[in-house]
Amino acid sequence: MIKLIGVLIIVVGFALKLDAIGIVIIAGVVTGLVSGISFPQILDILGKTFVANRYMSIFLMLLPVIGILEKNGLKETAGKFIAKIKNATPGKVIMSYGVARTFLAAFDISFGGVAGFVRPVVYPMAVGSIESRGKKISEEDAETIKAMSAGMENVAWFFGQVLFLGGAGLLLVQGTLKGAGYDLDPIKAVKAEIPVAIIAILVASIYYGIIDKKIMKKYPDKKAKSEVK
Amino acid sequence: MKNNFMEVIYFICGFVCFYIVYKTATDKNHKSKVGTIIFWLMLGIIMAFGKYIPPKAVGVLILIMSGAAMSKQVKPGNSPLAPAEYRKKMSDKLGYKIFIPAFTIGVTAIVFAIFLPKLGALVGLGIGTILAAVILMTMTKDSPKSVMNEGQRLLDAVGPLSTLPQLLASLGAIFTAAGVGEVIAGGVQKIVPEGNVFVGIVIYAVGMVLFTMIMGNAFAAFSVITVGIGVPFVLKYGLDPNVVGMLALTCGYCGTLMTPMAANFNIVPVAILEMKDKYGVIKKQVPIAIIMLVVQIFLMYFMAR
Repeated sequence: MIKLIGVLIIVVGFALKLDAIGIVIIAGVVTGLVSGISFPQILDILGKTFVANRYMSIFLMLLPVIGILEKNGLKETAGKFIAKIKNATPGKVIMSYGVARTFLAAFDISFGGVAGFVRPVVYPMAVGSIESRGKKISEEDAETIKAMSAGMENVAWFFGQVLFLGGAGLLLVQGTLKGAGYDLDPIKAVKAEIPVAIIAILVASIYYGIIDKKIMKKYPDKKAKSEVK
Repeated sequence: MKNNFMEVIYFICGFVCFYIVYKTATDKNHKSKVGTIIFWLMLGIIMAFGKYIPPKAVGVLILIMSGAAMSKQVKPGNSPLAPAEYRKKMSDKLGYKIFIPAFTIGVTAIVFAIFLPKLGALVGLGIGTILAAVILMTMTKDSPKSVMNEGQRLLDAVGPLSTLPQLLASLGAIFTAAGVGEVIAGGVQKIVPEGNVFVGIVIYAVGMVLFTMIMGNAFAAFSVITVGIGVPFVLKYGLDPNVVGMLALTCGYCGTLMTPMAANFNIVPVAILEMKDKYGVIKKQVPIAIIMLVVQIFLMYFMAR
């Protein structure tokens, strides 16, 4: 039972909104020590796993490019582009991205996540759809649109990538079940996920669509009557 | 081959960190020089040279780096975003051409994933980023230095949170080595009655969600919960392992959508998008996750029998 102290530290730490990095480090060291892992061994595990997972920090080299894109008016240009699409709203932009993202994820194709695609392309387009109506977007609504963009990114990627034959998730399930004496048929396993993925995108689209309606009420389309092109 | 490419990419990541160290050191008005320099220097060393340093020494560097972060001594410098007039002027001048470098990053990743699977999307992402930078510099006449300065502006905003995903992965490894999963699975087996398949499915699915939320990683949860709960409470009764296994994993993903422990999906985006509410992304995912959990429990029950 004492091994669960790390879980307790995490739950209490996050509940009290303590420093996230501190919580994780302390939970790891304490769990290791009470379970009979020596301190040098803990350092060893810490170092090995951290180095093996460096790919998670690839955005370190991405962000300079994102920054220079923004400096050169990326968001402003995205707004102009969206202005040409009739009746675009943040919700519609985000939903279109979700569908495309899920479809490509099924082929294990990634756009580059939040740093690589949502911040440079999806979010500016979503905001642009409001600003192109000549309205300034409120900070609160911008926050909501950011959250929905990142949320759609996660939902689409999670439920899309399990449709890929030979994806990491499928391989893990196959390997674990094999160890327990059950053989997996990858085709059947992927088929089982198809309804799940479709429902997931539908649920996300409906939920974000409802929020989008609420937001758009505050930004009526001025140009609707005098549409030029 | 792939590993060599990745080491080059990690070196560039490290170099970006070193640049932040240099800028912080030469910034006369920086509020917290020492802590900020220690943090980015340690991270840079691990990113650039981590593979060549003994793991125990990396562990020490991680503790030093985390110490700087924990004591709140890592602070952003003073590099403002270009003024709105400048951005508008550049937008008018460049027009839609700006989308070429913006899409270059993702498209290169896709091309590598499809045509060069041996190198993979990550190498593509790295090369695409370099390509995008080159295209941008020729288009805008921005210098490499101003590219790096923009990087500092954004990374300063992200700060120490950028290391959380990797720290959590390390925490998961320590949990596994300590046998935390077995303890939890053993506890569940004592409480839950065996024999009812629907109850078994609910326990398996909810167990995946809860354990994923604690570990921050559905993969780690899957191996533990499947052996501890999935097999004795569900699979033993002859349900289709193809359906049960896969859906259990995606039930775990519902947990991923709801936990700050899955930092790379839920917390780092908050920083990258410069949001105010740390849990803003999670809040917009919880309703979806709960609906999908219920949906999947019923799908498992009706599709697997």
